[in-house]
Amino acid sequence: MRETIAAVSTAYGEGGIGIVRISGDRAGEILDRLFRRGGESGKKRSARLSAGRRRVFQDKKMYYGFIEDPLSGETLDEVLVVFMCAPHTYTGEDVAEIHCHGSVISLRRILDKTLECGAAPAAAGEFTKRAFLNGRIDLARADAVIDLIKAKTDRGYDAALGQLEGRLSERIRDLRERLTDILAEMTVYMDYPEEDASSDDDGNVRSFEDRLNDIRKDLNELISSSETGRMIRDGISVAIVGKPNVGKSSLLNALLRENRAIVSELPGTTRDSIDEYASIRGIPVRLTDTAGLRDAETAVEALGIERTKEALRKADLIFLTFDGSGALDGEDLEICSLLGERANEIPALAIVNKSDLPQRIDRDEILRLLPGVSAIVVSATTGEGVENIEEYIEHEVYGGRVKQGESLLVTNARHKALLMRADAGAESALEALRREEAFDFAETDIRDAYDALGEITGQTVTDDILDRVFSRFCIGK
Amino acid sequence: MALYETESYDAIVVGAGHAGCEAGLAAARLGKRTLVLTISMESVAMMPCNPSVGGTGKGQLVKEIDALGGEMGINIDKTFIQSRMLNTAKGPAVHSPRAQADKQRYHEEMKHTLEKQENLHLRQGEVVDILFETGGFRADGKRVAGVVLKSGAVYRGKTVILALGTYLDGRIHVSDASWPSGPSGLSPSLILAEKLREKGFALRKFKTGTPARILAHTLDYSKLKEQKGDDEIIPFSFMNDDIGGNKRSCWLTRTNEKSHAIVAENIEKTAPYGGYTTGVGPRYCLSVEDKVSRFPERKSHQIFLEPEGISTEEVYVQGMSTSLPEDIQVAFYRSIEGLERAEFSRYAYSIEYDCIDPLSLRCSLEHREVENLFFAGQINGSSGYEEAAAQGLIAGINAARKIDGKAAFVPDRSEAYIGVLIDDLVTKGTEEPYRIMTSRAEFRLILRQDNADLRLTEKGFELGLASRERYERYLKNKRDTETEIARLRQTFVSADEAARFLEHIDDARGECGKIHGKISLADLLKRPEVTYELLRAADKDRPEVTPYARRQAEIQIKYAGYADKQNRRIESFKKLENKRIPDDIDYSSLNGIRPEAAQKLSEARPQSVGRASRISGVSPADINVLLVHLERMKAGGMRNEGT
Repeated sequence: MRETIAAVSTAYGEGGIGIVRISGDRAGEILDRLFRRGGESGKKRSARLSAGRRRVFQDKKMYYGFIEDPLSGETLDEVLVVFMCAPHTYTGEDVAEIHCHGSVISLRRILDKTLECGAAPAAAGEFTKRAFLNGRIDLARADAVIDLIKAKTDRGYDAALGQLEGRLSERIRDLRERLTDILAEMTVYMDYPEEDASSDDDGNVRSFEDRLNDIRKDLNELISSSETGRMIRDGISVAIVGKPNVGKSSLLNALLRENRAIVSELPGTTRDSIDEYASIRGIPVRLTDTAGLRDAETAVEALGIERTKEALRKADLIFLTFDGSGALDGEDLEICSLLGERANEIPALAIVNKSDLPQRIDRDEILRLLPGVSAIVVSATTGEGVENIEEYIEHEVYGGRVKQGESLLVTNARHKALLMRADAGAESALEALRREEAFDFAETDIRDAYDALGEITGQTVTDDILDRVFSRFCIGK
Repeated sequence: MALYETESYDAIVVGAGHAGCEAGLAAARLGKRTLVLTISMESVAMMPCNPSVGGTGKGQLVKEIDALGGEMGINIDKTFIQSRMLNTAKGPAVHSPRAQADKQRYHEEMKHTLEKQENLHLRQGEVVDILFETGGFRADGKRVAGVVLKSGAVYRGKTVILALGTYLDGRIHVSDASWPSGPSGLSPSLILAEKLREKGFALRKFKTGTPARILAHTLDYSKLKEQKGDDEIIPFSFMNDDIGGNKRSCWLTRTNEKSHAIVAENIEKTAPYGGYTTGVGPRYCLSVEDKVSRFPERKSHQIFLEPEGISTEEVYVQGMSTSLPEDIQVAFYRSIEGLERAEFSRYAYSIEYDCIDPLSLRCSLEHREVENLFFAGQINGSSGYEEAAAQGLIAGINAARKIDGKAAFVPDRSEAYIGVLIDDLVTKGTEEPYRIMTSRAEFRLILRQDNADLRLTEKGFELGLASRERYERYLKNKRDTETEIARLRQTFVSADEAARFLEHIDDARGECGKIHGKISLADLLKRPEVTYELLRAADKDRPEVTPYARRQAEIQIKYAGYADKQNRRIESFKKLENKRIPDDIDYSSLNGIRPEAAQKLSEARPQSVGRASRISGVSPADINVLLVHLERMKAGGMRNEGT
């Protein structure tokens, strides 16, 4: 029998409600020792407990009441509790959850009481490991749990749920079946050299090539969905560029709705790129404010310009910022031409700032310089038009040019690496077939692809797979 | 029948077929006083089915048996009448040698070798019972003590190896007729089958078959296609360089729609379709009736006509085994082109026999419950001479090592086809006569027939089985190869010379890899069109190189990239293979393992996670649970867990 474990399952210091979760055979008993149901008098309860009569909690029913210190009778918190019977629970064991106030102190004290009653503190990932051990989830789902925990936003949460439901597993299994078919046909051919019926070599090779190409197409679809997956989890990267003093930092702050970067009237004050995170309409966004693009006179500024170029290279979305109160000048044009190199790959938005001041800029000229780029007029100072920028981000990510990639997203770096290994195997097999090497060589590569995919779903067992998966969990999951 | 005590032996081998011969020779060569018993001296190393050794997968086995110091390779080299390397159009991993044997001479040479072998007594006699004593693996367990012959003679043995082939409760079927018989009309082993059943061995029926033999001078060769042997013959044994040339050809013909119609019309008269047999036959070696009924879309099947020897007219009709009535057999065979006037010397038959479930064996081929009792060959559910010989060799080696108190010798799946064969049998089991195939070996790019000595001779020498002469030949071959590879890597030609060379050999892909400066001969050899032989044109000062080193250097250089890939796979395979499972593990206490898997694991008691993962009924999820469990045991985190 495994020991009963307990941990705080919600993040400390966040939210109004916290959950202490207990899992194991003694979960119900421990809950009973700590919980007084509203309406049950303290006297009656101690009489019942000393007579050894335990409360039988109904499966998955919420009870309202109080957590009390079993020794002193002191009330620790007002709570809702729920008890869930094995095996249809998250861990596959009896599970009790105490929903209490979210303060660190309250959670800590309730957890301590569960430990005093005999629960052991849960190790990192132990709830999920038990779920895994008890056959409640396969590895791809276990990984999705990790992402679920890590997901900072609603959108990320949805993607994680998708994997939890096994959609990724389903796709991977289908790919593996197709690889198995190819392997089987290749081996028949190898084992029966004297069989004359299957001697149409060219036909075989062509069919294998076509099928491998199809498989690679599907693999790459999954891999590119992982790019979107990364965005959903880590946030999309937005580079705010523009010549000095067009109000990039003010714009950043307007989007963050807090004053973080230093704002100054002196051109070139923001020397380092500054990364800030914001959740804009449920999308995690990493905003990078860059030093202005200006012919560098000092080493420090040169560094800043390099970073701007770097940010341009890495960004998923670019905000080109102009000062609406001044005319377009050479520096603005230089920025437009810098973007020009990437204009076809990534979406960009022209932001004409300082709408609160008299406008001197020629907006048509901007649209002419940057074909296909839309322009939004804002005032970072008054906040006018900032909403339009938010709407633009949402539109680009969910409906527009930042590829969303179906509902299936690979959001896990391990999955992505394995998908890429599978693709490399398929590619190498195709190469061997093209060079007219013997099937054994292609077969080795295909088997490697097959095993890599199996590692995602846990069908291929490797000795370190569990270490890798579970070590990423935090305590409480 | 009065029992009487006779002699004592270290090892008693029951049966002198291909498994029994290797087992007896191995035990005797490892210094054990060995007795090999056979029902008939005329059946030692008999080939009751096809007159050939080797083939895909099987050829690799024979080379491995030879590399370890076994006899099969040497014996076929002495007695072959035609030799071919199969699959040469494909990669080196599936190149498989096969030789046609002179059946009679194969038997005579092997028998003679056993007769001459020091420490070995070859004797005619039918074993009717085996003797047990109390003890063994458990205090109340069983240990083998000897065997009883039909005459009442009792031979005491420290170890007993049962290599019973298809004799055990053997029964021949031809249509609705059937009679107790061993292969090829030899007497079966009936009493022993009964005794083994009484002793609690679970026996099951397998089935195999053999085609008719027809007389060579009654064939119409003008209608047959000749298949000659190879010009350059590579011997099976690493001990041989030149074994002479081909003495006979094989001939090809095909079945036709008329012949299929004859089979289809009479299919109810065959033993299985008429319901006269129930034994499980091999899927990989179908009878004519199975071919016709399972693949009705095939209008024709290829037939190899294989001469059975020099001093006989008998010809084996490969692929045409059947249990049709004898008169229909004649009609069917004579419907085939070139066989219109064929005269029969032996009719085709199918044979049913008892075999054990190999899951009851350890990987040393010792029985799980009965100590010192080993099983080898067809009795374990395999089919084929080569599969039998490989098991015989391993059983013989391990019986000798058991007596000496040494750990069992078991090559793993990444080391030898022998390892694949035995692991498949004892870990996965088999539901039909098991045949080795190249596809069963996941590391076949490494397990090639050409490098069996490089893989195994060192081990054979350490075991004491491979002779010093063999070991030194291996060392020399290895050294020669390394020297030649080093020379090819260090000899450069200029870009101009290389271009001229490629043009000379008409390298169609010459343009795709432009050469700058200079290029080594080894890099030139890596190009798909370039062979070692062609490379001579660019290799001005090529020294005298042995055929072995030449072939080996070529393969090792050309396929180095793939070998590296496979070696990386072997590494991860070894990791799981080396992850030991404690002997006293209680699977039923492991939370999360499905009860079915826990039961299978408890029965099989695999020694490593790798082996556990190959047991049927154990899923990857079960293995992951096991891994977590072992991980936690290692970390000392098994508080309150287990019982």
